[in-house]
Amino acid sequence: MTPSTRPMRFSLPARVLHWLMAPAIFVMLLLGSGLVTTVSIWRPLLLDTHKTLGMLLLLLVLLRLAIRLTRGAPALPSNMPGWQRGLAHLSHWLLYGLMLAMPLIGWAMLSAAGYPLPGIGGWHVPALMAPDVVRYALLRHAHGVLGRVFFWVILVHLCAGLAHALLLRDGVFNSMALRLRR
Amino acid sequence: MVRLRFSTGWPMATSLPPLRALRQALHLPPDAPVLRPALWIGAAALAVLGAYGAAAGWFSPQRLSPRRIINTFNANFGEHPGYRRNHAKGVCVLGYFEGNGSASSLSTAAVFGTTRTPVVGRFAVPGGNPGIADGSVPVRSMALQFSSPGGEQWRMGMNNAALFTVNTPQAFYQQLIATRPDPATGKPDPARVKAFYAAHPESAAALAWGKSHPPSTGLGNGTYYSINAFELIDAHGEKHAVRWAMQPEQPYAALGKPAPTDPDFLSHDLQQQLQQGPLRWHLILTLAAPGDPTNDATRAWPADRPTVDAGTLTLQNSAPQADGPCRDINFDPTILPHGVALSDDPLLAARQGAYSRSFNLRTHEEAAAQTPAARKVNP
Ligand code: HEM
Ligand code: HEM
Ligand code: HEM
Repeated sequence: MTPSTRPMRFSLPARVLHWLMAPAIFVMLLLGSGLVTTVSIWRPLLLDTHKTLGMLLLLLVLLRLAIRLTRGAPALPSNMPGWQRGLAHLSHWLLYGLMLAMPLIGWAMLSAAGYPLPGIGGWHVPALMAPDVVRYALLRHAHGVLGRVFFWVILVHLCAGLAHALLLRDGVFNSMALRLRR
Repeated sequence: MVRLRFSTGWPMATSLPPLRALRQALHLPPDAPVLRPALWIGAAALAVLGAYGAAAGWFSPQRLSPRRIINTFNANFGEHPGYRRNHAKGVCVLGYFEGNGSASSLSTAAVFGTTRTPVVGRFAVPGGNPGIADGSVPVRSMALQFSSPGGEQWRMGMNNAALFTVNTPQAFYQQLIATRPDPATGKPDPARVKAFYAAHPESAAALAWGKSHPPSTGLGNGTYYSINAFELIDAHGEKHAVRWAMQPEQPYAALGKPAPTDPDFLSHDLQQQLQQGPLRWHLILTLAAPGDPTNDATRAWPADRPTVDAGTLTLQNSAPQADGPCRDINFDPTILPHGVALSDDPLLAARQGAYSRSFNLRTHEEAAAQTPAARKVNP
């Protein structure tokens, strides 16, 4: 590991956010796909948690994007084949896109249905749009389809990340590893 | 398995052709470990896939899901795109609720203060058939949405019966199946219905209540009950178990037999009455004593429980549901304001799931019906 002009690793805030958000987003997928398939007494709690955590994740992804755009990312290994590079960039921006789109769609679809919106105490986030049945139908459909896409993209991303860590051992995993020292 | 953890490489396994191919594809040296890493990656992926699948119900096809309940409504009543899967036939109403402050010591909900809260509502008859004749079923319903300032809402769906025939979502589902119309006769098979009620003695109280309380002559002189219990939460965080009813100012009169021949007599009568002036109801809260069942919609509370008249509902106008303001509202009874909370009644969670599924389907169908027209207007 030789020092170079570009950093070897993601900045500490970027790494902390990555590992904070990864399990939270996975929990969001479990909550979402769980609550739409159950009528158990836990459903209202699952739904409330889903909405609150989802809005929190929207805040975090905005912060994360700001950090990413200002502090950049370490270079991928120079001997990495072009297709891998392309795929890595594509999947990373796909993940950012979905991290941003999912909570925004959730918020927008509640607005379009005229549902009450999540908030704290008596304060609720403002509606993103006036109630509109056509928009609701579209957004609700998108929330379900993109949620499924999100899961599969994350699964591939997980396999790729572990492949870098265990098979390739090329420092890509270390660039995101949480180790706080060094 | 022990070998898998501790051996650095298996001479046999590591030289298997697929592993060699993998090494080549990844430009790894010929002695790089690939089997163990590949197994770990596979295990991690399987664990994540398994957790997701478990949540989504892939491995529990017997799970009672909103989809299964709604499919059963569809099977019983046929497909009626755009309509509610239950309580399909209805009419929108508009008005307001005025709290009188009497319930403010029981709940911090804004609607109980001496304020006026706008209300959008819907009267309906049960079943998934929007063309049903009003006189053919004894049940009617009143659904309301209160909108308070700051985005708070209270939605409720009430029936003109104080008790429900079942107390679990599973029994509700069994009841739907048992009452499915026989394609030959168009009527439920009496033997199956009888068998269901025999297997569900908890339904006896609601059936008896229905026999002794014939429906009212119109929508305006009926009482509508929350049936399910809820909790009121006061300013000290103290909880009070409650059921409520909307009690009409118009005197009750029992509907005679035979029922009026007009299949839409309920909405026609309502329209006529509203032309003469508004209709009013009082929101009567019934407070439980410790030990009264809050998780069982089939059991009444003793008649001596204290009640509070919390305010007056005034309905001024009605509108057809086809394009009225209630059409695209999901009267989900779990949408509650601060100061009101869910009880431990398992029907409430099931209603949340089933109403949402019904709402998603019918809004999807409504959107599909609207978009070609919208395109025509605005190409
Ligand atoms: C919900 C789950 C996850 C999401 C949404 C997610 C998202 C992301 C995103 C957007 C990046 C790109 C960072 C950038 O270029 O700014 C990234 C990088 C990375 N992720 Fe994840 N991730 C998730 C889970 C995981 C898991 C489980 C692993 C474990 C193997 C992992 C390992 C990595 C690695 C090693 C990188 C660095 C790639 C590089 O150096 O370019 N991620 N992740
Ligand atoms: C990272 C963010 C999010 C993810 C990954 C996510 C994922 C999901 C998934 C997978 C479903 C199941 C969809 C289906 O199978 O049809 C779902 C449902 C739902 N989500 Fe999200 N969601 C997110 C954020 C939000 C937010 C911020 C809100 C609202 C504030 C929200 C509201 C909902 C609602 C209301 C449902 C169920 C709707 C119904 O019963 O029809 N979600 N979500
Ligand atoms: C587990 C039990 C129940 C299930 C599965 C169920 C199912 C449904 C469904 C699918 C709808 C249509 C919702 C929509 O598309 O907006 C509906 C409407 C309705 N239900 Fe239930 N229901 C149950 C119990 C009850 C109970 C206990 C009550 C009475 C307190 C009730 C009162 C109503 C009312 C008033 C409506 C009409 C709402 C409107 O006018 O839009 N339901 N029900």
